[in-house]
Amino acid sequence: MRRPIELRVNGVIEEAYVEPWWTLARVLRDELGLTGTKISCETGDCGACTVNIDGRAVRSCIYPVMKAQGKEIVTIEGLAGSDGSLHPLQQAFLDNFAVQCGYCTPGMVMGAHALLGENPHPSEEEIKEGLRGNLCRCTGYNNIVKAVASVAGAAEEVE
Amino acid sequence: MRFDYLQPATLDECVAMLAKWGPSAKIIAGGTDLILNARARVVDPEYVIDITGIPSMSGIEEEGGGVRIGAAVTVRDVSESAIIKERFPLLATAASLIGSVGIRNVATIGGNVCRASPSSECSPPLLCLDASAKVVGPGGSRTIRLDECFLGPGCTTLETDEVLTEIHIPPNKPGTRGVYLKHSQRGSIDLAIVGVAVVGTFAASDGTCQEAKIALGGVAPTPMRARDAERVLQGKVVDDALIALAAQTAADESRPISDVRGSADYRKEMVRVFTQRALRAILPS
Repeated sequence: MRRPIELRVNGVIEEAYVEPWWTLARVLRDELGLTGTKISCETGDCGACTVNIDGRAVRSCIYPVMKAQGKEIVTIEGLAGSDGSLHPLQQAFLDNFAVQCGYCTPGMVMGAHALLGENPHPSEEEIKEGLRGNLCRCTGYNNIVKAVASVAGAAEEVE
Repeated sequence: MRFDYLQPATLDECVAMLAKWGPSAKIIAGGTDLILNARARVVDPEYVIDITGIPSMSGIEEEGGGVRIGAAVTVRDVSESAIIKERFPLLATAASLIGSVGIRNVATIGGNVCRASPSSECSPPLLCLDASAKVVGPGGSRTIRLDECFLGPGCTTLETDEVLTEIHIPPNKPGTRGVYLKHSQRGSIDLAIVGVAVVGTFAASDGTCQEAKIALGGVAPTPMRARDAERVLQGKVVDDALIALAAQTAADESRPISDVRGSADYRKEMVRVFTQRALRAILPS
């Protein structure tokens, strides 16, 4: 039986009626319309569904929505400014041509966002380790690492 | 996958829920195994009991020279804990080699043990460190040694109305050294083909091996201690020849299967290679 829950998503309290076995990814996409979070493997392997929960990267496709209550959830939609200006990470992905088909991109950006929140100046190795489980089927990894590194070099601009 | 989601705030509440619904319930912590298995209908619980809201199941603390780790502590926190890194670095290493950071941020040490995967990363170090687990059920609590906890893949001695609440690691002898090595094709995000943990204490005077413990992952129905190999080293001055013999003995007593990650013969050979490397790494220079 569906039940009402409250989720704090991108700084806004959202109400949703959910089945208790639903995952966070499903609720974000199908109930809240936040379809920037992608579902691909649904086994927690590929990272396309990565969101930030209390500042940490989490795989929303295997994360029970009930568990997300009371936590601070940030999705890809939460990064751009209210005036539509891109977050430095998003701009860096554009500038470095770090997007090919684009399906892994929201997960990559959110993985990088959590990484930079915890470690504003990661080394190239730390960037690779932080994104190790985010798969890009286009194999565009080099430019993704470059994009994140370019922001890490100017980390003062990152929120 | 259809279940009701229960979120006890205390251990007493959790135990009462297990007493009522144990056989049709599953405990969830991070859910990185359970949700996959429920979706694949490997398990089909009516109730899922989330233990991560129970304060007494969190935290890493020193106690009596050893360490207590709450069952719901994430493997990310285990891998970055100053206490664990200083006292039992091989456990921090193993925890850092589980999946991606997105998995490590939610997967827990209790789950890694209770899942009873033969290739669990945390189990070989915990076996080497003589860890035990506190288990609570309707009749009270009991302590189980981890080396007596695993029955087979996915199977432990825990009853359906019991919950693992914390892991205890006893104090190490001074000068004890340990290391965990994982052999896999794609680093942390792949399962271990072979995992080897070793812990050793050597006499400062002549380097005699006072104590050696070797545990293997991925090469038997459960994580296992390689006790024959340990006896090869015990009380001896360890040199290259003895390390080679101990490593071969560990390979001989492993019981791997062939699967997509490697044949049984290959795994045995990798047990030999990685046990040798691990023993060399802990030998005093």
